[in-house]
Amino acid sequence: MNRKTQKNFDKLFKLIILTLGLGLVLLPIWYMIITSFKPQTMIFELPPRLWPQIWTLKNYIAALGKDKFDLYFLNSAKVAIISTLLTVLVSSMLAFVFARLRFRGKETIFYIFLLGMMVPPVMLIIPQFIVAKWLNLFNHTGLILVYTTMNISMQTFLLRGVFENVPRDLEEAALIDGGGPWTIFWRIILPLSWPGISVVIINTFLYSWEEFAWANVAIKNSSQRTLPIAIALFQSEHLTEWGQVFAASLVALVPVLIIFIIFQRHFVQGISTTGLKG
Amino acid sequence: MRNKGRSSDLIPALIFLLPGLILFALFFLGPMLYSLQISFFEWKIVHPERSIFVGFGNYQHALSDPIFRRAVLNTLAYTAITVVIKLILGLCVALLLNQPLPGRTFFRVAYYLPVITSWVIVSLLFEYMFNGQAGLVNYILKDFLRIIPKDILWFADEYLTLVPIILLDIWKGIGWAAIIFLAGLQAIPAELYEAARVDGADSVTQLRYITWPLLGPTTVFLVVVLVIGGLNAYVPFQLMTNGGDPLDLTHSVLTLMYEATFGRLDFGYGAAISYLLTGFVFIVSLIELRLMKQQAA
Repeated sequence: MNRKTQKNFDKLFKLIILTLGLGLVLLPIWYMIITSFKPQTMIFELPPRLWPQIWTLKNYIAALGKDKFDLYFLNSAKVAIISTLLTVLVSSMLAFVFARLRFRGKETIFYIFLLGMMVPPVMLIIPQFIVAKWLNLFNHTGLILVYTTMNISMQTFLLRGVFENVPRDLEEAALIDGGGPWTIFWRIILPLSWPGISVVIINTFLYSWEEFAWANVAIKNSSQRTLPIAIALFQSEHLTEWGQVFAASLVALVPVLIIFIIFQRHFVQGISTTGLKG
Repeated sequence: MRNKGRSSDLIPALIFLLPGLILFALFFLGPMLYSLQISFFEWKIVHPERSIFVGFGNYQHALSDPIFRRAVLNTLAYTAITVVIKLILGLCVALLLNQPLPGRTFFRVAYYLPVITSWVIVSLLFEYMFNGQAGLVNYILKDFLRIIPKDILWFADEYLTLVPIILLDIWKGIGWAAIIFLAGLQAIPAELYEAARVDGADSVTQLRYITWPLLGPTTVFLVVVLVIGGLNAYVPFQLMTNGGDPLDLTHSVLTLMYEATFGRLDFGYGAAISYLLTGFVFIVSLIELRLMKQQAA
Protein backbone atom coordinates (compact mmCIF):
# COMPACT_ATOMS: atom_id res chain seq x y z
CA MET A 1 0.00 0.00 0.00
CA ASN A 2 1.50 3.34 -0.96
CA ARG A 3 1.30 6.47 1.19
CA LYS A 4 -1.64 7.98 -0.59
CA THR A 5 -3.97 5.00 -0.25
CA GLN A 6 -2.84 4.71 3.34
CA LYS A 7 -3.88 8.34 3.89
CA ASN A 8 -7.24 7.88 2.23
CA PHE A 9 -7.84 4.80 4.31
CA ASP A 10 -7.04 6.79 7.39
CA LYS A 11 -9.55 9.48 6.37
CA LEU A 12 -12.26 6.94 5.66
CA PHE A 13 -11.70 5.29 9.04
CA LYS A 14 -12.02 8.64 10.83
CA LEU A 15 -15.16 9.49 8.91
CA ILE A 16 -16.72 6.18 9.88
CA ILE A 17 -15.95 6.78 13.57
CA LEU A 18 -17.35 10.31 13.39
CA THR A 19 -20.52 9.06 11.70
CA LEU A 20 -21.05 6.28 14.24
CA GLY A 21 -20.62 8.76 17.08
CA LEU A 22 -23.02 11.10 15.35
CA GLY A 23 -25.61 8.32 15.19
CA LEU A 24 -25.47 7.98 18.98
CA VAL A 25 -25.65 11.73 19.44
CA LEU A 26 -28.61 12.17 17.14
CA LEU A 27 -30.59 9.05 18.15
CA PRO A 28 -32.34 10.66 21.16
CA ILE A 29 -33.21 13.76 19.13
CA TRP A 30 -34.54 11.64 16.30
CA TYR A 31 -36.58 9.60 18.75
CA MET A 32 -38.08 12.78 20.18
CA ILE A 33 -38.98 14.02 16.71
CA ILE A 34 -40.72 10.83 15.57
CA THR A 35 -42.50 10.41 18.92
CA SER A 36 -44.02 13.85 18.45
CA PHE A 37 -45.55 12.59 15.20
CA LYS A 38 -46.88 9.30 16.62
CA PRO A 39 -50.54 8.86 17.57
CA GLN A 40 -51.09 8.48 21.33
CA THR A 41 -51.89 4.76 20.98
CA MET A 42 -48.41 4.05 19.62
CA ILE A 43 -46.44 5.92 22.29
CA PHE A 44 -45.72 2.69 24.18
CA GLU A 45 -45.82 0.31 21.21
CA LEU A 46 -43.64 -2.78 21.29
CA PRO A 47 -41.25 -2.94 19.58
CA PRO A 48 -40.60 0.81 19.66
CA ARG A 49 -40.22 1.98 16.06
CA LEU A 50 -37.70 4.48 14.77
CA TRP A 51 -39.97 5.16 11.80
CA PRO A 52 -43.65 5.55 12.75
CA GLN A 53 -46.23 3.49 10.89
CA ILE A 54 -48.71 6.33 11.06
CA TRP A 55 -47.68 9.99 11.00
CA THR A 56 -49.99 12.54 12.60
CA LEU A 57 -49.97 16.25 13.43
CA LYS A 58 -52.50 15.78 16.23
CA ASN A 59 -49.91 16.19 18.99
CA TYR A 60 -48.82 19.55 17.64
CA ILE A 61 -52.38 20.78 17.26
CA ALA A 62 -53.29 19.58 20.76
CA ALA A 63 -50.16 20.80 22.54
CA LEU A 64 -49.96 24.18 20.86
CA GLY A 65 -53.65 24.89 21.27
CA LYS A 66 -53.57 24.00 24.94
CA ASP A 67 -52.70 25.99 28.05
CA LYS A 68 -51.80 29.28 26.35
CA PHE A 69 -48.69 27.80 24.76
CA ASP A 70 -48.31 30.84 22.47
CA LEU A 71 -48.30 33.15 25.49
CA TYR A 72 -45.56 31.15 27.25
CA PHE A 73 -43.56 31.16 24.05
CA LEU A 74 -43.77 34.95 23.79
CA ASN A 75 -42.92 35.29 27.50
CA SER A 76 -39.79 33.21 27.00
CA ALA A 77 -38.83 35.13 23.86
CA LYS A 78 -39.22 38.48 25.60
CA VAL A 79 -37.25 37.42 28.68
CA ALA A 80 -34.46 35.73 26.68
CA ILE A 81 -34.00 38.53 24.14
CA ILE A 82 -33.91 41.35 26.69
CA SER A 83 -31.65 39.36 29.04
CA THR A 84 -29.26 38.68 26.17
CA LEU A 85 -29.10 42.30 25.01
CA LEU A 86 -28.64 43.53 28.55
CA THR A 87 -25.93 40.97 29.28
CA VAL A 88 -24.01 41.85 26.11
CA LEU A 89 -24.17 45.55 26.97
CA VAL A 90 -23.34 45.31 30.67
CA SER A 91 -20.64 42.63 30.29
CA SER A 92 -18.90 44.39 27.44
CA MET A 93 -18.84 47.65 29.39
CA LEU A 94 -17.29 45.82 32.33
CA ALA A 95 -14.87 43.94 30.09
CA PHE A 96 -13.82 47.21 28.46
CA VAL A 97 -12.87 48.59 31.85
CA PHE A 98 -10.89 45.48 32.79
CA ALA A 99 -9.17 45.19 29.40
CA ARG A 100 -8.44 48.81 28.59
CA LEU A 101 -8.75 51.35 31.41
CA ARG A 102 -6.29 51.98 34.22
CA PHE A 103 -6.98 52.82 37.83
CA ARG A 104 -6.07 51.53 41.27
CA GLY A 105 -8.01 48.55 42.55
CA LYS A 106 -9.01 47.32 39.10
CA GLU A 107 -7.69 43.79 39.66
CA THR A 108 -9.51 43.48 42.99
CA ILE A 109 -12.85 44.42 41.43
CA PHE A 110 -12.20 41.97 38.60
CA TYR A 111 -11.59 39.12 41.05
CA ILE A 112 -14.76 39.97 42.97
CA PHE A 113 -16.69 39.65 39.71
CA LEU A 114 -15.02 36.28 39.05
CA LEU A 115 -16.62 34.97 42.26
CA GLY A 116 -19.79 34.77 40.21
CA MET A 117 -18.28 31.93 38.20
CA MET A 118 -17.80 29.78 41.28
CA VAL A 119 -21.01 30.26 43.20
CA PRO A 120 -23.84 27.95 42.15
CA PRO A 121 -26.80 29.95 40.82
CA VAL A 122 -29.25 27.75 42.68
CA MET A 123 -27.54 28.59 45.98
CA LEU A 124 -28.57 32.20 45.54
CA ILE A 125 -32.20 31.35 45.02
CA ILE A 126 -33.15 31.75 48.68
CA PRO A 127 -31.79 35.28 49.19
CA GLN A 128 -32.73 36.31 45.65
CA PHE A 129 -36.23 35.19 46.46
CA ILE A 130 -36.19 37.46 49.51
CA VAL A 131 -34.70 40.40 47.55
CA ALA A 132 -37.26 39.92 44.78
CA LYS A 133 -40.05 39.85 47.35
CA TRP A 134 -38.73 43.06 48.86
CA LEU A 135 -38.45 44.81 45.45
CA ASN A 136 -41.68 43.36 44.11
CA LEU A 137 -39.89 41.48 41.33
CA PHE A 138 -41.84 38.26 40.98
CA ASN A 139 -42.32 39.07 37.30
CA HIS A 140 -40.43 39.20 34.00
CA THR A 141 -38.28 42.14 35.12
CA GLY A 142 -37.12 39.98 38.02
CA LEU A 143 -36.22 37.13 35.66
CA ILE A 144 -34.32 39.46 33.31
CA LEU A 145 -32.31 41.15 36.08
CA VAL A 146 -31.38 37.85 37.72
CA TYR A 147 -30.47 36.14 34.42
CA THR A 148 -28.29 39.10 33.45
CA THR A 149 -26.56 39.07 36.83
CA MET A 150 -25.95 35.32 36.72
CA ASN A 151 -24.34 35.66 33.28
CA ILE A 152 -22.22 38.75 33.90
CA SER A 153 -19.19 37.07 35.49
CA MET A 154 -18.52 34.42 32.88
CA GLN A 155 -19.30 36.64 29.90
CA THR A 156 -17.21 39.54 31.23
CA PHE A 157 -14.35 37.12 31.70
CA LEU A 158 -14.70 35.92 28.09
CA LEU A 159 -15.03 39.41 26.63
CA ARG A 160 -12.05 40.76 28.53
CA GLY A 161 -9.93 38.23 26.67
CA VAL A 162 -11.50 39.30 23.37
CA PHE A 163 -11.01 43.03 23.93
CA GLU A 164 -7.39 42.59 24.97
CA ASN A 165 -6.70 41.22 21.51
CA VAL A 166 -7.99 44.30 19.67
CA PRO A 167 -4.90 46.20 18.44
CA ARG A 168 -4.18 49.34 20.42
CA ASP A 169 -2.96 51.50 17.52
CA LEU A 170 -6.54 52.00 16.40
CA GLU A 171 -7.63 53.59 19.62
CA GLU A 172 -4.58 55.82 19.75
CA ALA A 173 -5.66 57.14 16.36
CA ALA A 174 -9.14 57.75 17.78
CA LEU A 175 -7.67 59.53 20.81
CA ILE A 176 -5.71 61.87 18.54
CA ASP A 177 -8.96 62.68 16.76
CA GLY A 178 -10.40 63.69 20.13
CA GLY A 179 -12.53 60.58 20.81
CA GLY A 180 -13.23 59.62 24.43
CA PRO A 181 -13.58 56.18 26.03
CA TRP A 182 -17.17 55.87 24.85
CA THR A 183 -16.16 56.43 21.19
CA ILE A 184 -13.39 53.88 21.50
CA PHE A 185 -15.72 51.35 23.12
CA TRP A 186 -18.61 51.86 20.71
CA ARG A 187 -16.79 52.56 17.44
CA ILE A 188 -13.65 50.45 17.71
CA ILE A 189 -13.76 47.72 20.33
CA LEU A 190 -17.31 46.43 19.81
CA PRO A 191 -17.31 46.27 15.98
CA LEU A 192 -13.98 44.43 15.99
CA SER A 193 -15.12 41.84 18.55
CA TRP A 194 -18.00 40.20 16.71
CA PRO A 195 -16.82 36.59 17.00
CA GLY A 196 -16.45 36.91 20.77
CA ILE A 197 -19.79 38.68 21.12
CA SER A 198 -21.43 35.88 19.12
CA VAL A 199 -20.23 33.42 21.75
CA VAL A 200 -21.72 35.62 24.48
CA ILE A 201 -25.02 35.86 22.60
CA ILE A 202 -25.29 32.09 22.16
CA ASN A 203 -24.35 31.42 25.81
CA THR A 204 -26.75 33.94 27.32
CA PHE A 205 -29.69 33.31 25.04
CA LEU A 206 -29.44 29.59 25.71
CA TYR A 207 -29.24 30.16 29.47
CA SER A 208 -32.18 32.56 29.61
CA TRP A 209 -34.31 30.49 27.27
CA GLU A 210 -34.00 27.31 29.28
CA GLU A 211 -33.57 28.52 32.86
CA PHE A 212 -35.81 26.52 35.18
CA ALA A 213 -34.89 26.80 38.86
CA TRP A 214 -35.28 30.56 39.36
CA ALA A 215 -38.32 30.90 37.10
CA ASN A 216 -39.91 28.05 39.02
CA VAL A 217 -39.87 29.97 42.32
CA ALA A 218 -40.12 33.54 41.03
CA ILE A 219 -43.12 33.27 38.72
CA LYS A 220 -46.38 32.82 40.59
CA ASN A 221 -48.81 34.22 38.05
CA SER A 222 -49.58 31.53 35.48
CA SER A 223 -49.90 34.03 32.63
CA GLN A 224 -46.24 35.03 33.20
CA ARG A 225 -44.83 31.49 32.94
CA THR A 226 -41.88 30.79 30.67
CA LEU A 227 -41.63 27.70 28.47
CA PRO A 228 -39.42 25.45 30.65
CA ILE A 229 -41.87 25.80 33.53
CA ALA A 230 -44.86 25.29 31.26
CA ILE A 231 -43.37 22.16 29.67
CA ALA A 232 -42.37 20.59 32.99
CA LEU A 233 -45.84 21.29 34.42
CA PHE A 234 -47.49 20.00 31.27
CA GLN A 235 -45.59 16.72 31.57
CA SER A 236 -46.51 16.27 35.22
CA GLU A 237 -50.17 16.84 34.37
CA HIS A 238 -50.26 14.66 31.24
CA LEU A 239 -47.97 11.86 32.41
CA THR A 240 -48.16 9.55 29.42
CA GLU A 241 -48.92 11.98 26.62
CA TRP A 242 -45.33 12.03 25.48
CA GLY A 243 -46.25 12.90 21.89
CA GLN A 244 -47.69 16.21 23.03
CA VAL A 245 -44.86 16.89 25.48
CA PHE A 246 -42.30 16.45 22.69
CA ALA A 247 -44.30 18.41 20.14
CA ALA A 248 -44.25 21.37 22.52
CA SER A 249 -40.57 20.73 23.33
CA LEU A 250 -39.53 20.70 19.70
CA VAL A 251 -41.30 23.97 18.98
CA ALA A 252 -39.51 25.36 22.05
CA LEU A 253 -36.15 24.29 20.58
CA VAL A 254 -36.62 26.19 17.30
CA PRO A 255 -35.57 29.68 18.50
CA VAL A 256 -32.38 28.34 20.10
CA LEU A 257 -31.58 26.50 16.91
CA ILE A 258 -32.08 29.64 14.84
CA ILE A 259 -29.86 31.72 17.15
CA PHE A 260 -27.22 29.01 17.03
CA ILE A 261 -27.27 28.71 13.24
CA ILE A 262 -27.05 32.49 12.79
CA PHE A 263 -24.12 32.91 15.16
CA GLN A 264 -22.30 29.56 14.89
CA ARG A 265 -20.21 30.75 11.92
CA HIS A 266 -18.16 32.72 14.42
CA PHE A 267 -18.37 30.20 17.20
CA VAL A 268 -15.08 28.29 17.19
CA GLN A 269 -13.17 31.36 16.04
CA GLY A 270 -14.96 33.33 18.75
CA ILE A 271 -13.97 30.92 21.49
CA SER A 272 -10.33 31.11 20.47
CA THR A 273 -10.45 34.91 20.68
CA THR A 274 -11.81 34.78 24.22
CA GLY A 275 -8.46 33.67 25.56
CA LEU A 276 -9.57 30.16 26.49
CA LYS A 277 -7.05 28.86 23.99
CA GLY A 278 -3.88 27.16 25.14
CA MET B 1 -5.19 53.99 27.15
CA ARG B 2 -1.51 54.69 27.14
CA ASN B 3 -1.94 58.41 27.03
CA LYS B 4 1.03 59.58 29.06
CA GLY B 5 -0.67 62.74 30.26
CA ARG B 6 -3.24 60.67 32.15
CA SER B 7 -2.36 58.05 34.70
CA SER B 8 -5.82 57.02 35.83
CA ASP B 9 -9.11 56.51 34.02
CA LEU B 10 -11.08 56.42 37.23
CA ILE B 11 -14.02 58.60 36.14
CA PRO B 12 -14.85 56.83 32.85
CA ALA B 13 -14.18 53.49 34.53
CA LEU B 14 -16.76 54.21 37.21
CA ILE B 15 -19.35 55.10 34.59
CA PHE B 16 -18.70 51.88 32.67
CA LEU B 17 -18.68 49.81 35.86
CA LEU B 18 -21.83 51.27 37.33
CA PRO B 19 -24.61 49.17 35.70
CA GLY B 20 -22.72 45.92 36.29
CA LEU B 21 -21.82 46.83 39.86
CA ILE B 22 -25.41 47.69 40.77
CA LEU B 23 -26.77 44.42 39.37
CA PHE B 24 -23.96 42.42 40.92
CA ALA B 25 -24.35 44.01 44.34
CA LEU B 26 -28.13 43.70 44.36
CA PHE B 27 -28.60 40.20 42.98
CA PHE B 28 -25.29 38.51 43.76
CA LEU B 29 -23.10 39.91 46.53
CA GLY B 30 -26.00 41.10 48.69
CA PRO B 31 -27.88 37.80 48.40
CA MET B 32 -24.69 35.87 49.09
CA LEU B 33 -24.08 37.68 52.37
CA TYR B 34 -27.76 37.58 53.30
CA SER B 35 -27.75 33.84 52.69
CA LEU B 36 -24.80 33.48 55.06
CA GLN B 37 -26.79 35.25 57.76
CA ILE B 38 -29.88 33.12 57.14
CA SER B 39 -27.82 29.95 57.46
CA PHE B 40 -27.21 30.71 61.15
CA PHE B 41 -30.89 31.05 61.98
CA GLU B 42 -34.02 29.02 62.18
CA TRP B 43 -35.36 31.46 59.64
CA LYS B 44 -38.97 32.61 59.60
CA ILE B 45 -39.79 33.70 56.08
CA VAL B 46 -42.94 35.61 57.00
CA HIS B 47 -41.55 37.29 60.13
CA PRO B 48 -37.76 37.41 59.73
CA GLU B 49 -37.49 39.41 62.96
CA ARG B 50 -38.76 36.37 64.88
CA SER B 51 -36.03 34.11 63.51
CA ILE B 52 -34.08 32.19 66.12
CA PHE B 53 -30.28 32.24 66.13
CA VAL B 54 -28.94 28.68 66.12
CA GLY B 55 -25.23 29.23 65.40
CA PHE B 56 -23.83 26.34 63.41
CA GLY B 57 -26.93 24.27 64.17
CA ASN B 58 -28.09 24.06 60.56
CA TYR B 59 -24.60 23.03 59.44
CA GLN B 60 -24.37 20.33 62.11
CA HIS B 61 -27.80 19.12 61.17
CA ALA B 62 -26.75 18.78 57.52
CA LEU B 63 -23.46 17.00 58.23
CA SER B 64 -25.16 14.45 60.49
CA ASP B 65 -28.17 13.93 58.21
CA PRO B 66 -27.93 10.60 56.31
CA ILE B 67 -30.07 12.01 53.48
CA PHE B 68 -27.63 14.88 53.05
CA ARG B 69 -24.64 12.51 53.09
CA ARG B 70 -26.28 10.37 50.49
CA ALA B 71 -26.96 13.43 48.32
CA VAL B 72 -23.27 14.35 48.59
CA LEU B 73 -22.21 10.87 47.51
CA ASN B 74 -24.62 10.91 44.57
CA THR B 75 -23.36 14.31 43.47
CA LEU B 76 -19.69 13.33 43.79
CA ALA B 77 -20.15 10.09 41.86
CA TYR B 78 -22.11 11.89 39.16
CA THR B 79 -19.49 14.63 38.86
CA ALA B 80 -16.48 12.32 38.80
CA ILE B 81 -17.92 9.96 36.19
CA THR B 82 -19.35 12.59 33.86
CA VAL B 83 -16.34 14.92 33.93
CA VAL B 84 -13.82 12.17 33.11
CA ILE B 85 -15.89 10.69 30.28
CA LYS B 86 -16.77 14.08 28.79
CA LEU B 87 -13.09 15.08 28.76
CA ILE B 88 -11.97 11.88 27.04
CA LEU B 89 -14.74 11.75 24.44
CA GLY B 90 -14.68 15.52 23.93
CA LEU B 91 -10.97 15.39 23.14
CA CYS B 92 -11.47 12.49 20.72
CA VAL B 93 -14.21 14.35 18.86
CA ALA B 94 -12.15 17.55 18.79
CA LEU B 95 -9.10 15.73 17.38
CA LEU B 96 -11.24 14.21 14.64
CA LEU B 97 -13.01 17.49 13.85
CA ASN B 98 -9.70 19.33 13.66
CA GLN B 99 -8.72 17.42 10.51
CA PRO B 100 -9.46 18.35 6.92
CA LEU B 101 -12.36 15.91 6.49
CA PRO B 102 -15.34 16.38 4.18
CA GLY B 103 -18.48 17.67 5.92
CA ARG B 104 -16.53 19.12 8.83
CA THR B 105 -18.89 22.06 9.46
CA PHE B 106 -21.89 19.73 9.39
CA PHE B 107 -20.28 17.43 11.97
CA ARG B 108 -19.40 20.37 14.21
CA VAL B 109 -22.94 21.71 14.25
CA ALA B 110 -24.46 18.23 14.67
CA TYR B 111 -22.22 17.27 17.60
CA TYR B 112 -23.12 20.56 19.26
CA LEU B 113 -26.88 20.04 18.93
CA PRO B 114 -27.39 18.34 22.33
CA VAL B 115 -25.65 21.29 24.02
CA ILE B 116 -28.25 23.76 22.81
CA THR B 117 -31.23 21.63 23.80
CA SER B 118 -32.72 22.63 27.13
CA TRP B 119 -32.23 20.62 30.32
CA VAL B 120 -35.93 20.37 31.04
CA ILE B 121 -36.69 18.94 27.61
CA VAL B 122 -33.90 16.39 27.45
CA SER B 123 -34.49 15.28 31.03
CA LEU B 124 -38.05 14.40 30.04
CA LEU B 125 -36.77 12.77 26.85
CA PHE B 126 -34.39 10.48 28.74
CA GLU B 127 -37.13 9.66 31.22
CA TYR B 128 -39.24 8.48 28.28
CA MET B 129 -36.38 6.54 26.66
CA PHE B 130 -35.58 4.77 29.93
CA ASN B 131 -39.22 3.97 30.63
CA GLY B 132 -39.48 0.70 32.55
CA GLN B 133 -42.10 -1.05 30.42
CA ALA B 134 -41.78 -0.06 26.80
CA GLY B 135 -38.79 2.27 26.73
CA LEU B 136 -36.40 2.33 23.79
CA VAL B 137 -33.37 1.54 25.96
CA ASN B 138 -34.92 -1.55 27.54
CA TYR B 139 -35.95 -2.74 24.10
CA ILE B 140 -32.44 -2.32 22.70
CA LEU B 141 -30.85 -4.08 25.69
CA LYS B 142 -33.37 -6.91 25.99
CA ASP B 143 -34.69 -7.73 22.53
CA PHE B 144 -32.01 -6.33 20.25
CA LEU B 145 -28.70 -6.91 22.02
CA ARG B 146 -30.11 -9.56 24.36
CA ILE B 147 -27.81 -8.63 27.24
CA ILE B 148 -30.52 -8.32 29.91
CA PRO B 149 -33.08 -11.07 30.63
CA LYS B 150 -36.01 -8.78 31.52
CA ASP B 151 -37.00 -5.12 31.49
CA ILE B 152 -35.19 -2.91 33.98
CA LEU B 153 -37.19 -0.47 36.10
CA TRP B 154 -34.56 2.28 35.92
CA PHE B 155 -36.32 4.80 38.13
CA ALA B 156 -37.38 2.39 40.88
CA ASP B 157 -33.83 1.63 42.05
CA GLU B 158 -31.67 4.00 44.06
CA TYR B 159 -28.53 3.21 42.05
CA LEU B 160 -29.95 2.53 38.58
CA THR B 161 -31.66 5.93 38.59
CA LEU B 162 -28.22 7.50 38.32
CA VAL B 163 -27.55 5.70 35.02
CA PRO B 164 -29.91 7.73 32.82
CA ILE B 165 -28.96 10.91 34.68
CA ILE B 166 -25.25 10.31 34.04
CA LEU B 167 -25.74 9.25 30.43
CA LEU B 168 -27.85 12.34 29.80
CA ASP B 169 -25.13 14.63 31.13
CA ILE B 170 -22.46 12.94 29.02
CA TRP B 171 -24.63 13.03 25.90
CA LYS B 172 -25.44 16.71 26.42
CA GLY B 173 -21.92 17.74 27.43
CA ILE B 174 -19.54 16.13 24.91
CA GLY B 175 -20.20 18.79 22.25
CA TRP B 176 -19.24 21.61 24.57
CA ALA B 177 -16.02 19.95 25.73
CA ALA B 178 -15.20 19.19 22.10
CA ILE B 179 -15.68 22.76 20.92
CA ILE B 180 -13.51 24.17 23.71
CA PHE B 181 -10.80 21.59 22.94
CA LEU B 182 -11.14 22.49 19.26
CA ALA B 183 -10.51 26.16 20.01
CA GLY B 184 -7.44 25.09 21.99
CA LEU B 185 -6.21 22.84 19.18
CA GLN B 186 -6.52 25.61 16.63
CA ALA B 187 -4.32 27.85 18.74
CA ILE B 188 -1.39 25.40 18.49
CA PRO B 189 1.03 26.67 15.80
CA ALA B 190 1.14 24.34 12.79
CA GLU B 191 4.93 24.78 12.53
CA LEU B 192 5.38 22.64 15.63
CA TYR B 193 3.82 19.67 13.84
CA GLU B 194 5.87 20.42 10.70
CA ALA B 195 9.06 20.36 12.72
CA ALA B 196 8.02 17.14 14.46
CA ARG B 197 7.30 15.47 11.12
CA VAL B 198 10.69 16.52 9.80
CA ASP B 199 12.22 14.86 12.84
CA GLY B 200 10.26 11.72 11.99
CA ALA B 201 7.76 11.78 14.88
CA ASP B 202 4.61 9.71 14.26
CA SER B 203 1.12 10.95 15.15
CA VAL B 204 1.07 9.28 18.58
CA THR B 205 4.35 10.94 19.52
CA GLN B 206 3.03 14.29 18.29
CA LEU B 207 -0.09 13.85 20.41
CA ARG B 208 1.97 12.98 23.46
CA TYR B 209 4.64 15.67 23.18
CA ILE B 210 2.94 18.57 21.36
CA THR B 211 -0.85 18.44 21.52
CA TRP B 212 -1.35 17.21 25.07
CA PRO B 213 1.08 19.57 26.86
CA LEU B 214 -0.08 22.59 24.85
CA LEU B 215 -3.71 21.79 25.64
CA GLY B 216 -2.88 21.92 29.37
CA PRO B 217 -4.53 25.27 30.16
CA THR B 218 -7.59 24.40 28.05
CA THR B 219 -7.95 21.11 29.91
CA VAL B 220 -7.69 22.77 33.30
CA PHE B 221 -10.27 25.37 32.30
CA LEU B 222 -12.61 22.58 31.20
CA VAL B 223 -12.06 20.59 34.39
CA VAL B 224 -12.80 23.63 36.56
CA VAL B 225 -15.99 24.56 34.71
CA LEU B 226 -17.22 20.97 34.34
CA VAL B 227 -16.62 20.13 38.01
CA ILE B 228 -18.47 23.25 39.13
CA GLY B 229 -21.30 22.37 36.76
CA GLY B 230 -21.42 18.75 37.97
CA LEU B 231 -21.54 19.67 41.66
CA ASN B 232 -24.38 22.05 40.85
CA ALA B 233 -26.50 19.49 39.01
CA TYR B 234 -30.13 20.24 39.59
CA VAL B 235 -32.66 19.96 36.75
CA PRO B 236 -32.01 16.36 35.61
CA PHE B 237 -32.08 15.08 39.20
CA GLN B 238 -35.21 17.07 40.00
CA LEU B 239 -37.15 15.94 36.95
CA MET B 240 -35.99 12.33 36.64
CA THR B 241 -36.24 11.43 40.32
CA ASN B 242 -39.16 13.71 41.19
CA GLY B 243 -36.85 15.20 43.79
CA GLY B 244 -35.26 12.21 45.48
CA ASP B 245 -37.46 9.20 44.69
CA PRO B 246 -37.24 6.49 45.86
CA LEU B 247 -37.07 7.31 49.60
CA ASP B 248 -34.94 10.48 49.30
CA LEU B 249 -32.00 8.30 48.25
CA THR B 250 -31.42 9.89 44.85
CA HIS B 251 -31.08 13.57 45.72
CA SER B 252 -28.32 15.75 44.42
CA VAL B 253 -27.15 18.35 46.92
CA LEU B 254 -29.18 21.03 45.21
CA THR B 255 -32.44 19.11 44.88
CA LEU B 256 -32.20 18.44 48.62
CA MET B 257 -31.54 22.10 49.29
CA TYR B 258 -34.48 23.04 47.09
CA GLU B 259 -36.78 20.62 48.86
CA ALA B 260 -35.69 21.80 52.32
CA THR B 261 -36.22 25.41 51.34
CA PHE B 262 -39.29 25.53 49.17
CA GLY B 263 -40.87 22.20 50.17
CA ARG B 264 -40.45 22.35 53.97
CA LEU B 265 -39.82 26.13 54.08
CA ASP B 266 -36.73 25.49 56.21
CA PHE B 267 -34.80 28.43 54.74
CA GLY B 268 -32.00 28.28 57.30
CA TYR B 269 -31.25 24.63 56.59
CA GLY B 270 -31.39 25.24 52.83
CA ALA B 271 -29.00 28.18 53.14
CA ALA B 272 -26.59 26.09 55.22
CA ILE B 273 -26.60 23.35 52.57
CA SER B 274 -25.88 25.86 49.83
CA TYR B 275 -22.99 27.34 51.83
CA LEU B 276 -21.52 23.90 52.41
CA LEU B 277 -21.71 23.27 48.67
CA THR B 278 -20.23 26.66 47.76
CA GLY B 279 -17.39 26.19 50.23
CA PHE B 280 -16.63 22.82 48.71
CA VAL B 281 -16.80 24.16 45.14
CA PHE B 282 -14.51 27.02 46.13
CA ILE B 283 -11.89 24.70 47.67
CA VAL B 284 -11.98 22.30 44.72
CA SER B 285 -11.61 25.19 42.25
CA LEU B 286 -8.63 26.59 44.18
CA ILE B 287 -6.93 23.19 44.15
CA GLU B 288 -7.54 22.84 40.43
CA LEU B 289 -6.16 26.32 39.72
CA ARG B 290 -3.10 25.58 41.87
CA LEU B 291 -2.52 22.43 39.83
CA MET B 292 -2.74 24.52 36.68
CA LYS B 293 -0.02 26.88 37.93
CA GLN B 294 2.22 23.94 38.82
CA GLN B 295 1.71 22.45 35.40
CA ALA B 296 2.56 25.75 33.71
CA ALA B 297 5.76 26.11 35.73
